[in-house]
Amino acid sequence: MDARLIAQLGVIGFTFFMLLNSAAILVYMERKVAALVQQRYGPFLVGPKGLLQPLADIIKLMMKEELRPLAANKWLFYLAPVVSATAAFAAFSVVPFGAPTTFFGLLDEPINLAPADVNVGLLVIFAITSMGVYGIVLAGWSSNSKYSLIGALRASAQMISYELSYGMSFAAVILMAGSLSLGEIVNQQSGYWFHVIPKWYIFIQPLGFFIFLTAGVAETNRAPFDFPEAEQELVAGYHTEYSSMSFALFFLAEYVNMVTVSAVATDLFLGGWHGPFLPESLGWIWFLAKVFALLFFYIWMRWTLPRYRYDQLMEFGWKWLLPLAVVNLLVTAFLTIKINGW
Amino acid sequence: MDAILFWILAAGAVIASVLVIGQRNPMYSVLLLIASFGALSGLYVLLGSPFVAVIQIIIYAGAIMVLFLFVVMLLNVPTEEMPTGQQAKFLGGAGPRRFGAILSAFLAVQLFWAMRALSAQPMPGNETPATTVAAIGERLFREYSFAFEATSVLILVAMVGAVILARKEHQ
Amino acid sequence: MSLPEPTLNSYLMLSAVLFAIGTAGVFLRRNLITILLSIEVMLNAVNLTFVAVDRFRGLIDGQIIVFFVMTVAAAEAAVGLAIVIALFRHKETLTPDAFTSLKW
Repeated sequence: MDARLIAQLGVIGFTFFMLLNSAAILVYMERKVAALVQQRYGPFLVGPKGLLQPLADIIKLMMKEELRPLAANKWLFYLAPVVSATAAFAAFSVVPFGAPTTFFGLLDEPINLAPADVNVGLLVIFAITSMGVYGIVLAGWSSNSKYSLIGALRASAQMISYELSYGMSFAAVILMAGSLSLGEIVNQQSGYWFHVIPKWYIFIQPLGFFIFLTAGVAETNRAPFDFPEAEQELVAGYHTEYSSMSFALFFLAEYVNMVTVSAVATDLFLGGWHGPFLPESLGWIWFLAKVFALLFFYIWMRWTLPRYRYDQLMEFGWKWLLPLAVVNLLVTAFLTIKINGW
Repeated sequence: MDAILFWILAAGAVIASVLVIGQRNPMYSVLLLIASFGALSGLYVLLGSPFVAVIQIIIYAGAIMVLFLFVVMLLNVPTEEMPTGQQAKFLGGAGPRRFGAILSAFLAVQLFWAMRALSAQPMPGNETPATTVAAIGERLFREYSFAFEATSVLILVAMVGAVILARKEHQ
Repeated sequence: MSLPEPTLNSYLMLSAVLFAIGTAGVFLRRNLITILLSIEVMLNAVNLTFVAVDRFRGLIDGQIIVFFVMTVAAAEAAVGLAIVIALFRHKETLTPDAFTSLKW
């Protein structure tokens, strides 16, 4: 049991713990930001300024009765939220959130601040996100109810359509950075041009950032692309029949997916943990700040924009976003060859 | 460590595949096949090919199996009934089915026999580095570029063909 | 006790077993979709052979071929499932024994 192994296990446990916490914080943030947008108070009764509201929500969810429709397939019904939540957590496992550190000199060599920073990291995220589709499909199918089935089919069709633009937008980043490992990509974004503008990829690829974020919002089934869970049309879509802890797992999966998309966007386009005024070892503070800015933007979008209709959503994904992503990739490839030589 | 992982993943892949062909409900077959693909992906990582492992998950488990799942759900494929009459005898009764199944067992035995002359040297361990994506990319786009372009035409043809074949007939 | 180290033989025998399982599935199953699934099992066994021999010999051409095999498998699954859908619309059943109109 050398110090490296303990440090590595510590990083894994810490990441898992922080993901759970971030889901709770997001519950609170969502309700407060919604209240801000709608000009009312959010939760303010439970705890100071309503800060214990997520705790109340979780206790309420755990105390509810666990229902299952009689005709539902027992194995698949309980497997679906497990698959969703597992895929959501597993996708974060290759995202680094800080510079390689030695924990104030306790270790001999620095370790990466990520549960596992493999050298095909970006593809791993893509792979595990496509496994998240199964949670939704199984939930819709096994509930044996028409609302669930329609919601599930729509959600999965939407997710696999937007996966293409998602992949193409980060293919352009890979082209520029020359590596699939997220730690490498962040390292390529250190430094400044003219001592003022940081070398983040968002300044070179604004279109790519826009496409990535749009596809990410569509992937996580959030507004304005949340037609599969549209309350007005489909009761609650694929998680209609779920209650108590299974619903809590779906809920958790959605928030952790949001965090993963924001974290990957931060690493790819916003320079990860690089930022002015702070030394490299405190870079995780900048990382947190950027991720929270993106999450605030996510929630702000939900309560501001109206929802897309399903056929408009699919048309947008295939006829507008995908060609834009392809053009982005082609232009990036062309410019990379021109600048770096053949 | 590698040995334990190999045997666990190999056992997982074989058991999942046997269950795939043994299940009567096609939904379970598809899910078990996904599990088998996961085990194979782990084996590819053990063999030092992380790229192949990840694209196995992306393409097979993430795209092809979703296609199968959609078709199973949309067609509401019925569970096969228990075989009756002639079919209820051992392996489906005398006929091409039983003959074919016994032949595939013979295939396995023959392959084992052919392979026992092969080298029993252990696989290269951790001293040989894993294949990088850059190396695969170089080889793919230089020597195999024609095959790459031909594959893209193949996918286009398959897309068009699938859409046309599955369309409802117009009155 | 220590398990035997995996050799090239172990990987090749594993893929032989998977291939035989897939073949048996194609012969024994009476549901078109499960037959297609068994074909996928066979293709995977072949992929495993390519990658294992690759590692043993230190080449990477096998992995490129695996890339192409996966692409062809995707195309074949798509067209095969489209055919299955068309057949199902015609006859409301998925048993291969029902489609005998080309037999003499």
